[in-house]
Amino acid sequence: MSAATGYNFGYLDEDTKRMIRRALLKAVAIPGHQVPFGSREMPLPYGWGTGGIQVTASVIGPADRLKVIDQGADDTTNAVSIRRFFARVAGVETTERTAEASIIQTRHRIPETTLREGQILVYQVPMPEPLFRLEPRVAETKRMHALADYGLMHVKLYEDIARHGHVAISYNYPVMVNGRYLMSPSPIPAFDNPKMHRNPALQLFGAGREKRIYAVPPYTEVRSLDFEDHPFEPVRARAGCALCGSRESYLDEVVTDDAGGRIFVCSDTDYCQGRQARQEAAE
Amino acid sequence: MAYVAVKGGERAIEAAHAWLARERRGDPGLPALTVGQIEQQLGLAVDRVMAEGACHDRGLAALAIKQARGDLIEAAFLLRAYRTTLPRFAASLPLDTGAMRIRRRISATYKDLPGGQVLGPTFDYTHRLLDFALAAEDEAPPPPPEASAEAERMPRVTGILAQEGLMQGEVAGEAEPPDLTREPLAFPAERPLRLQSLARGDEGFLLALGYSTQRGYGNAHPFVGEIRMGEVTVEIVPPELGFAIEIGEITVTECQMVNQFAGSKTEPPQFTRGYGLTFGHAERKAMAMALVDRALRARELGEEATAPAESEEFVLYHCDNVEATGFVEHLKLPHYVDFQSELEKIRQLRATALREAAE
Amino acid sequence: MSASPMEAPLLEAPLLEASDLALRYGAVPALDGVSLAIWPGEVVAIVGESGSGKTTLLRVLSGLLPPDAGSVLYRDPEGRAQRLEAMGEAALRRLHRTDWGFVHQNPRDGLRLGVSAGGNIGERLMATGARHYGSIREAAIAWLRRVEIDPARIDALPRTFSGGMQQRLQIARTLVTHPRLIFMDEPTGGLDVSVQARLLDLIRALVADLGLAVLLVTHDIAAARLLAHRILVMRHGKVVEEGLTDRVLDDPQHAYTQLLVASVLAA
Repeated sequence: MSAATGYNFGYLDEDTKRMIRRALLKAVAIPGHQVPFGSREMPLPYGWGTGGIQVTASVIGPADRLKVIDQGADDTTNAVSIRRFFARVAGVETTERTAEASIIQTRHRIPETTLREGQILVYQVPMPEPLFRLEPRVAETKRMHALADYGLMHVKLYEDIARHGHVAISYNYPVMVNGRYLMSPSPIPAFDNPKMHRNPALQLFGAGREKRIYAVPPYTEVRSLDFEDHPFEPVRARAGCALCGSRESYLDEVVTDDAGGRIFVCSDTDYCQGRQARQEAAE
Repeated sequence: MAYVAVKGGERAIEAAHAWLARERRGDPGLPALTVGQIEQQLGLAVDRVMAEGACHDRGLAALAIKQARGDLIEAAFLLRAYRTTLPRFAASLPLDTGAMRIRRRISATYKDLPGGQVLGPTFDYTHRLLDFALAAEDEAPPPPPEASAEAERMPRVTGILAQEGLMQGEVAGEAEPPDLTREPLAFPAERPLRLQSLARGDEGFLLALGYSTQRGYGNAHPFVGEIRMGEVTVEIVPPELGFAIEIGEITVTECQMVNQFAGSKTEPPQFTRGYGLTFGHAERKAMAMALVDRALRARELGEEATAPAESEEFVLYHCDNVEATGFVEHLKLPHYVDFQSELEKIRQLRATALREAAE
Repeated sequence: MSASPMEAPLLEAPLLEASDLALRYGAVPALDGVSLAIWPGEVVAIVGESGSGKTTLLRVLSGLLPPDAGSVLYRDPEGRAQRLEAMGEAALRRLHRTDWGFVHQNPRDGLRLGVSAGGNIGERLMATGARHYGSIREAAIAWLRRVEIDPARIDALPRTFSGGMQQRLQIARTLVTHPRLIFMDEPTGGLDVSVQARLLDLIRALVADLGLAVLLVTHDIAAARLLAHRILVMRHGKVVEEGLTDRVLDDPQHAYTQLLVASVLAA
């Protein structure tokens, strides 16, 4: 108990953390499988990262160094709010540098900088069920997962190609984990999907409102669904970053006026600033 | 016997209302709430009551809240019952929310855009920790907010998308929009009628319906293109003048939801819009309304309409909380006569069934 | 394409064998000591009035409903016999999208109305591992032709189809994985008479071409005469008469069969 805040380290009480850790262990043991857990009310609203916060609160220790991003950036309002929350209730060190963080909580992105062994990436997940648009009944989707009955998801991809010539999913693009479970990668752009595959870091997913936890252990196979003759294609804006010039990173579009003017900048602010610093140093 | 029952009933009702008045006032040792305090310090409750009561008058809404002991549906009911007695002098011209004096304006689709993100007075990003300092009796007034820079022009996000042809245009109808306050709902309901109904619909009901579209009961892929809140000018054209005059200024919240793909092989994919507008600062309501508005467009956009939020009749017939509370609560009224006939019928059916079983 | 009737495998062993099936709905016996077998390439019609237990029988035989007593034996393409009740849901579902097919009376129960005709046909292929879009589409076009639907309608939604077209699409969707045994529940019910005739012709031709075994539930004696090799007559959950179609219809032995046949002739 910290006298300064009146709350336990990491906000959650130790019994709750233990319950969440048990769910995490099960999730790691069955990659891609959604484990129900007793999600608690948090002092932030549902849908704003309560699942990710509970996961982070359960795995964080005093020696950890935490980075929080939203849309790839450390300075977005929600990321600032969550980082402050942990600085307040856990008193841990925070950082904006991907390479220096031991835990990275994220909403909607995987950092551009390659992750390494020992790092934990915690995803905030709004809808853990990858099949919910095709089958809203949870009892039925549980049965489909149990039986690995995923034909319906392929029907959706088939329909997209028949209608549009392409799969029309641009984010939250479903993946098959370890050849067994269909999984929602959370609403990251499809561009980020390949980064999940055989990633050296531990990837944990928390959905607070839907009360589910799932995980991708290090070096696990993660494949985006596709057809042999319509292979998965990650999409990014066809431009370079206006600040660092990167043509590899995922870009945000920034509207500069109401006459159609716009520029593109890296969504990953740490990556972009690192590149700019190196360019300045080289000059 | 019957005579006595009626008389007793009258006395009982009078006593109940006296009791209600005392309960409403609470401990006489505490100062009574003033309507001004409610209007100023429970401003969001006032906004909600104005929206669902379909009457823009902060003072009356605050009075209704006081009289209703904080029961906001009861307060909306009081306000509706009052507004229906008012003569109608004119209908306003369409509000120009593009010319809003903006206090808050955010977009979830662009990180930055002309005019910028203006957070304004918001609960967002506050940590929901009870602030025990507020429990103190004499709360010091917080410092005034930093003066905002001279307002930049703030083009609408939907307009930016429309320039590229990415946003489906909204065609202004020639016809005079129907008036829900004067005519009954009629189906099929066109969008102006639907929006009117949603604008005064129950916040909780629309919230649940909007939420259901996000959870798979409906075909929603929404992004908040823009939420803006601030003051707009209300204008009318008095017939004797023949030109528009300003009659005042009201606060409104507008939400434009950008929704993924419609389109087919013949029509290129486009974004489509869900629209929400409410009196006062009522962001949750405006967002839920925009989700439900888009869901109700399923049929016109050639989508399969199977979810509750996509059913016009289901949504519009049930979103009015004054109607809904009336009918649900009417179950408290005496139903002695009907129930007596039910009693007789079930005794008869049971007697027959028991006799047959015995045979 | 599946084997022609002449090459039908394991003609000597039944595809499906049921013995002493019993099931009660409360006090009402829906199945009462029913046994039957169906051989590869054989069409068996189960006839009777509504309430006779024929739809219940179809649901029990196809594993959708467990019986109170009795057992159902399924023989897989390798000739191994398996008891349905011991199979487990995953294996049963796999069976239903590979070696078996079910054609519902109402095409809405058998089709996805919000998915295109091509997607409907392709679903079983994709559920069994097909991952080549072009081949799935080719198969869908071939099957649309085969059930006499214009291949240009491949991307149209089934809800824009007539009742007869929807039923033909359901058949194409079911047959695309070359099942050996099809369960049909009143497949022509709810259609106009002229549409019924066309559908029956189509089913007859497909059954002959593909060497399908069909268990057909119908109250339509004329449909049974046109399609079936053998007929079972059901009443009050019991099989009251059984035999080759011509024999049962031309020389009915049981009083109830006589009544059933006479009522058709009178109508």
